Amino acid sequence: MLSQLDKKLLEMVADLHEIPQGAYNIRKNGAGLSRNTTGNIDIVNKTDKSGIDIIVKPGTVDESIHIPVILSQAGLQDLVYNSFDIGEGSDVVIVAGCGIHNGGKENSQHDGLHDFIVRKGAKMRYVEKHYGEGDGKGKKILNPKTIITVEEDGVAEIELVQIKGVDQTIRDTEVYLHDNARLIVTERLLTYANQEAESKITVELLGKDSTAQIISRSVAQDQSKQIFYLNMLGKNQCRGHIQCDSIIMDQAVVRAVPEISAYHTDAQLIHEAAIGKIASEQILKLMSLGLSEEEAEEKILEGFLK
Amino acid sequence: MLQIKDLSFSVEEGNRSVDILKNINLLFEANKFYAITGPNGGGKSSLAKVIMGIVKPTRGSIWLKGEDITALGITERAKRKMGYAFQQPPRFKGFKIRDLLNLSFGEEKNEDEICDLLLEVGLCAQDYINRDVDASLSGGELKRIEIATVLARNLTLAIFDEPEAGIDLWSFQKLVETFQTMHKDKETTIIIISHQEKILRLADEVIIIADGMVKEQAKRDDIMSRIVKDLECGCNKTCDVGGVAYVEPTG
Repeated sequence: MLSQLDKKLLEMVADLHEIPQGAYNIRKNGAGLSRNTTGNIDIVNKTDKSGIDIIVKPGTVDESIHIPVILSQAGLQDLVYNSFDIGEGSDVVIVAGCGIHNGGKENSQHDGLHDFIVRKGAKMRYVEKHYGEGDGKGKKILNPKTIITVEEDGVAEIELVQIKGVDQTIRDTEVYLHDNARLIVTERLLTYANQEAESKITVELLGKDSTAQIISRSVAQDQSKQIFYLNMLGKNQCRGHIQCDSIIMDQAVVRAVPEISAYHTDAQLIHEAAIGKIASEQILKLMSLGLSEEEAEEKILEGFLK
Repeated sequence: MLQIKDLSFSVEEGNRSVDILKNINLLFEANKFYAITGPNGGGKSSLAKVIMGIVKPTRGSIWLKGEDITALGITERAKRKMGYAFQQPPRFKGFKIRDLLNLSFGEEKNEDEICDLLLEVGLCAQDYINRDVDASLSGGELKRIEIATVLARNLTLAIFDEPEAGIDLWSFQKLVETFQTMHKDKETTIIIISHQEKILRLADEVIIIADGMVKEQAKRDDIMSRIVKDLECGCNKTCDVGGVAYVEPTG
C-alpha cells in the first residue's frame, strides 16, 4: 500500500504517479514492497544478500523496468545489491532512483551497489534520480556504486540526476567498454546549504572502436561542496570525450579533477572542464525579455541542469 | 514617444572618470525607424544600453510615453514593451532555441509559430528548433536567433545593436526585408545601430554619434546625400564589406 508520501517520492525519482506498467520492483524501508515481472523480464531475490537479479531475455525490445527505492523511516540504513543482465539484442529502459524522507534526528542512508552486463548488441538506457526531503535534523545520504560492462556493439546510456535534498553523496561509477561499444553518461547535480557531493566516474575503453561521452553539469549553491573525478582510459583504438561544467554560487566550493590516459596510439581522448558563475550577460538577456533577476537565474539553472 | 534629455554617461577607469556619452538630447517618435551610425567607440552601443536600462546614466533622464523611466531597471523597461538585441548575444548551455523563443514570446508557442519566426531571420526552422543555444551555433546563427527573440515580442520600442555583424550576405538581405516588413506592419519604434548603407537607407531618420555626442540627426535622404557628397570629396573613409558599401564618417 502506497501512502501519499510514498507516491510523492516515487513521482520525484521515477516520474511514477501510480504503480507502473511492465516489470517493476519497489523497495520501501529496506524491504520489497511490490513487484511485477513480464514474459521477457524476470526479477528474483538474491539468496546470499539483500537485493535482486534482473534478467532481460535476449531480443526484448521496448520494455521498461522500474526499480525505485523509497525511505521514509528516519534513521534507516539500507544497503542493497542489484544485478542486471541485459540479453543480446535487447533494447530496454531502466528507471531506478531513490527518494528519502527524513523527518527525524538520525541519518537516513541508502547505499546501492548495481552491476550491469549489457550483452552483445543490446541497448540499455538507465535513469537514476536521487531526491531528499523532510525537515528533520538527520541527514539524507545516498551512496551508489555502479559497475557496467558493455559487450561488443552494445550501447549504454546512463542518466544520473541528483534533483535536490540529498545532504551527502558519494557516487562511484565504473564502465568497461568492449569492441564497438558505446557509452553516453549524462550527470546532473545540484547541491545547496551544507550538502556535499562527490562523483567519481571511471571509463575503460577496452575494445576497438569503442566510444564514450560523459557530460557532467552541476550547480553548487550556498556553502555546499562538490568534487568530480572523471577518468577515461583508452586502451585500444577508441574515442572518448569528457565535458564537465559547473556553476558556482555563493560560498560554494567545486573541484574538478580530470584525468585522461591513453594506452594505445589510436586512442583519442578529450577532456573539457569549466567552473564559473552565471554570466551576467545571460541574466541581462533574460531580464530584457521581462524576467526578474531571480527568475532569470532560476531559468538559467533549470536549463543548465535539464 | 521616447525622449532623452541631457543624458551623460561616464565610467571610472583607475582614478579618472571617462565620459562615454556627453549631454545627449534626442527625440524618437512613435512608429518611426531610426538608424544610429558613427565610428567605432563613439558611444552608440552605450547609448542603446542606457536606453534599455542595462547601464545607468550618470546624468540626465529618459522618458517613455511621458513617463520618466530613468530609475527603472531592465525588467521594468522590458515590461513596458522595450526590447534589445545584443550585439554579442550570450550562449545558454542546456537551453533549446525553442525554450529561448518561448520565453521571448512570453508563452508556449506551437512548432509552426516558432518555425515562422525562425524563417523571418533566415533560419531553416526544422534544423534549429531543438538545438541548444550553445557553442555549437556559429556567431551568425546566434545573432539571428538573438534578433528573433526581439521580433517575437510585440514591442513599442525595439533596439538592435549592429544586427548585421557576423551575418552572411544572403541572410543579410533577408534581414533587411524583415526590418522593412517590421517597420511597415508593426506599430513599433525601431532603433538600429548599424554601419550598413542598406540598413541606413531603410530608416526615416539617421543619427550620427561620435565622441559620445550627437553630431547630427536628420531625415534619411538629407543625411545620406551629405554622406555621399563627403565620399565624393574624400572627407570620409570607405571600404567594401561583403559587397555592401560601408560608410564610416571621420567626424
